[in-house]
Amino acid sequence: MTQRLLEVEHLQFRYGTSPDAPAALEDVTFGVDKGEFVSIVGPSGSGKTTLLRCIAGLQHPTRGDVRLNGEQVTDVPQELAIVFQDYGRSLFPWMKVRENVDMPLRHMGLPRAERRERIESALEEVGLTDAVEKYPWQLSGGMQQRVAIARAVAYRPQILLMDEPFASVDAQTRADLQDMALEVWQAHESTVLFVTHDIDESVYLSGRVIVLSQPPATVAAEIPVDLSRPRDQIETKASREFVEQRAEVARLIRRPSGEPRVATEAGATEVERR
Amino acid sequence: MSFANADAAIRPRLAGIGGWLGGVALRLSVLAALVLAWQVVTMLVDDPVSWPTFTDVAARFWDKWATDPDAWLRSLVPSMARLLGGWLGAVAVGIVVGTLIGLSARAREYVNPIVQFLRAIPPPALLPLFIVMLGIGDTMKATMILFGVVWPILLNTVDGVSSVEPLLRETGRVYRIGFRDELLRIILPSAAPKIFAGLRVSLAIAVILMVISEMVATVNGVGFELVQAQRSFRSLDVWATIVLLGIIGYTLNSILAAVEGVVLSWHRGAMGTRS
Amino acid sequence: MTVLSARHRLIGIRAMRGLVGAAALFGLLELLTRAELVNPTYLPPASTILLTTGRILADTEFLANVGGTLLAWGIGMLIAMVIAIPIGLLLGASWRSYLAATTAIEFLRPIPSVALIPLVILLRGRGLDMKVILIVYASVWPILFNTIYGMREVDPIAKETARAFGLGRLAILWKISLRAASPFIYTGIRISAAIALILAISTELIAGGGLGIGTWMIANSETGVPRELLYAGIVVTGLLGLGINAVLVAGERRLFAWHQRVRGTS
Repeated sequence: MTQRLLEVEHLQFRYGTSPDAPAALEDVTFGVDKGEFVSIVGPSGSGKTTLLRCIAGLQHPTRGDVRLNGEQVTDVPQELAIVFQDYGRSLFPWMKVRENVDMPLRHMGLPRAERRERIESALEEVGLTDAVEKYPWQLSGGMQQRVAIARAVAYRPQILLMDEPFASVDAQTRADLQDMALEVWQAHESTVLFVTHDIDESVYLSGRVIVLSQPPATVAAEIPVDLSRPRDQIETKASREFVEQRAEVARLIRRPSGEPRVATEAGATEVERR
Repeated sequence: MSFANADAAIRPRLAGIGGWLGGVALRLSVLAALVLAWQVVTMLVDDPVSWPTFTDVAARFWDKWATDPDAWLRSLVPSMARLLGGWLGAVAVGIVVGTLIGLSARAREYVNPIVQFLRAIPPPALLPLFIVMLGIGDTMKATMILFGVVWPILLNTVDGVSSVEPLLRETGRVYRIGFRDELLRIILPSAAPKIFAGLRVSLAIAVILMVISEMVATVNGVGFELVQAQRSFRSLDVWATIVLLGIIGYTLNSILAAVEGVVLSWHRGAMGTRS
Repeated sequence: MTVLSARHRLIGIRAMRGLVGAAALFGLLELLTRAELVNPTYLPPASTILLTTGRILADTEFLANVGGTLLAWGIGMLIAMVIAIPIGLLLGASWRSYLAATTAIEFLRPIPSVALIPLVILLRGRGLDMKVILIVYASVWPILFNTIYGMREVDPIAKETARAFGLGRLAILWKISLRAASPFIYTGIRISAAIALILAISTELIAGGGLGIGTWMIANSETGVPRELLYAGIVVTGLLGLGINAVLVAGERRLFAWHQRVRGTS
């Protein structure tokens, strides 16, 4: 059996060390193949961010394994990049756009010419060629997120994790950013793991949707999305297949219960950024 | 509460040359108003010995300080040497030690009471000790300035380093940039605004301590001149020297502010949009 | 487990660590001096200093001097507040006056307070007057500046709401602006309190000035007098500064809990 790019096995994450500490993730198992665009959806507070952070190696799960290219993930792997939701705080305010995108490249030992080329092409892909010499605070929210994405793109990771990257922008900008993400994914033939709470977004973007249950979270279902590519904001979303797939995901998310989530206790290590 | 940050956040962003000229015009007019007030009040009080007029003081300042290069060599240069020696030493110690402490929350908790205690000690209280240990030369003065001035820098550096936006450090972790670059390219630039605020405060204190150190055990310097004038009851000289000290303080502060403006140009813009 | 007890535990842990740190320093100094690695004429053993500190705290003469310092400090702070707060409120009320005021302060602040010591001696001699004048001069600026800044930070929406309810200008100033600016004013007072204490003692050290810790230290720093006394005086000064700050910080938490929660500080 060919090895999958990413394997997540029986991932568990508890807040705190005592055995009855609440668990964000109970038993999460799934895999991602090379070249896929996979979404993870779940109700608010279902530990999606925690899951992503464990996969990225930023947090250690209480139990379970994450393997990238067969090797266990203990710290952030070289082949992985992550785009956070809070773009404003992830860009370096004292660096211009060019320097922000350049930052990860400086450590890869690339010659200057290649770095410049990567920066220019990444910024072109996200549509920000004119903003090269600007500071982050001079850009709109959507543009700042594009810079963060350009930074990840220039890094050329094997797998790109995205944590609700478009949640903090308006609907119009979100649509543009979604299409841009798809273009970038296709252009680089990379692999994307995309976390969102927006059902429409998850179905529109991905080839497979993983639905998480309420905490303690497990994988409630994995739904392949058969819609044809390239996707279109109007055409695809009007199609019958889209409506059906979307409904299926929505149904799976709504069960089992619609109870409001209990607030995390003082001492919890995870903060769900909304 | 740092004055620097408060100031930057509130002052309207006067853009470009027009703004700069406007700023200069404002300063000149306020200065003129203050001078006028001084002149008028002292003329009304009419006690030229205790409360000399602005014109009297200006004339004396002109004779004593502005046009006497010998006075510069005798007094100003040694004073500035002590000041800068002590201040730069404090900058080095404060930033290095502050960064080390700031990087570890544990270290902060262990060290905090000691630091709070030491900074509450008025530096002149240590003067007798410093004199015993280091004599009355320039080393002693610079050391006293260093000791008194290191605290704002240290505390502000600790504050700045410990409050770096965690997401920025995580981004550094994601892209695996290593500790050295994390320190130099993420932590220090991020802490720079607070460090500079500490530098400004410390510079003001340094001037004060320089004067104090020269009031007690010295043979030259601006502070020395000040005390000499007081002992000989030359009140006009006292006033003129005070004016000199004010100018020194203002000039040093302006230089530092200009440096800060260049180094932190990104910060002013970023703060402006955050409302 | 309630949230309150978790926080108390955290404070307890922090206090413990602080004590450990201080104790470690104490131990280190003790070791260095007893082992004569540091010349004992410069630095007596930490334990001796500690004992001497205890001794002088029971000595009425020393306490009288402490009282002298605190008296000048207290009067100076009070006068500074009476001067700085009303002026600050007025200056901060309008944009124009704010600009003019901050510019003027920019010119006046660099004049070091100690530079005025000779001047004040000439004008008022040495004594309580001199100390108080200098303390007032130095303490006025932080309070003034922070009051003005606090006035600018008043939420204009709060003021407009009040206007919509028919409050006059003076009422708005008193009821809304003053309240909103009060945490900032308090910060200014806290900064000034520390400066005022240092200035009081510095003035005493340099120029005498009646009863005061500084004058006591001068009297006890001549040759022949045991070094520990000097260090003990320094320790008391540090403790005094710590104590005043601790009281003010606690007061801040009490008085302005509403503000800190809003601002997210702790």
